[in-house]
Amino acid sequence: MLSRRPLLLTLAMLPLGGTARANPALEAAMRRLIGEARPEDGGMALRLPALAENGAQVSVTVSVDSPMTAAEHVSAIHLLATRNPTPGIASFHLTPALGRAEVQTRIRLAEDQQVLALAVLSDGRVRRAIAETRVVTGGCIA
Amino acid sequence: MTGLAQPRIRIPRTARPGEVIEIRTLIEHPMENGIRGGVAGVVPHDMLTRLQVRRDGETVFTADLGNGTSANPYHVFHLRMERTAELEFLWTDERGRTARATARVVVA
Repeated sequence: MLSRRPLLLTLAMLPLGGTARANPALEAAMRRLIGEARPEDGGMALRLPALAENGAQVSVTVSVDSPMTAAEHVSAIHLLATRNPTPGIASFHLTPALGRAEVQTRIRLAEDQQVLALAVLSDGRVRRAIAETRVVTGGCIA
Repeated sequence: MTGLAQPRIRIPRTARPGEVIEIRTLIEHPMENGIRGGVAGVVPHDMLTRLQVRRDGETVFTADLGNGTSANPYHVFHLRMERTAELEFLWTDERGRTARATARVVVA
């Protein structure tokens, strides 16, 4: 079993310093999606299994705390993979009509890695959540 | 050139005014990312690129799908219903082919 300590350390370092800069494809994908915005932690949840038997079909749910009103809503949720051949998973464009800022889908993960969710708010701020999953059978090449 | 598979939608037929309903969508599609098969011969790239959901003609939700989206794309999202409405779900692939589904939700 993986010790929790290295994981926590990795998460502490990830905050856009370490991982994104060390991963040019991820960095480029983030810049394309959110420009120069600096994501803040908190205010959203990214749920995915700690252990994924089948990396080809991993259930993921993103929910963002938001009243989803015309004045204050989530306008986009982006999902990025840190260790897939390409980082892009999906981008969801939301409107106040949804009433709830929550999206569930199934994703492919090639190997053990972190998944990054970015939520773009209607005032331009960006929130961020990160979750780590161990993948038993990789889901991209198989 | 064959068309896309018929999508499946799970959505309540009725809702109370102001109720936030849950919508589940599934469409069969291989979502070939063009990296499978290795030296033996790569399976050609073949992806759905977008799911667009309209309510009475107005776009309420769009999903732009990348390589990390699984085969047979599945999405769950919500919609606040104030009045009876017609919903349209439209999937588009990278060659411009589409699959469409509709649903009516009666609000009373």
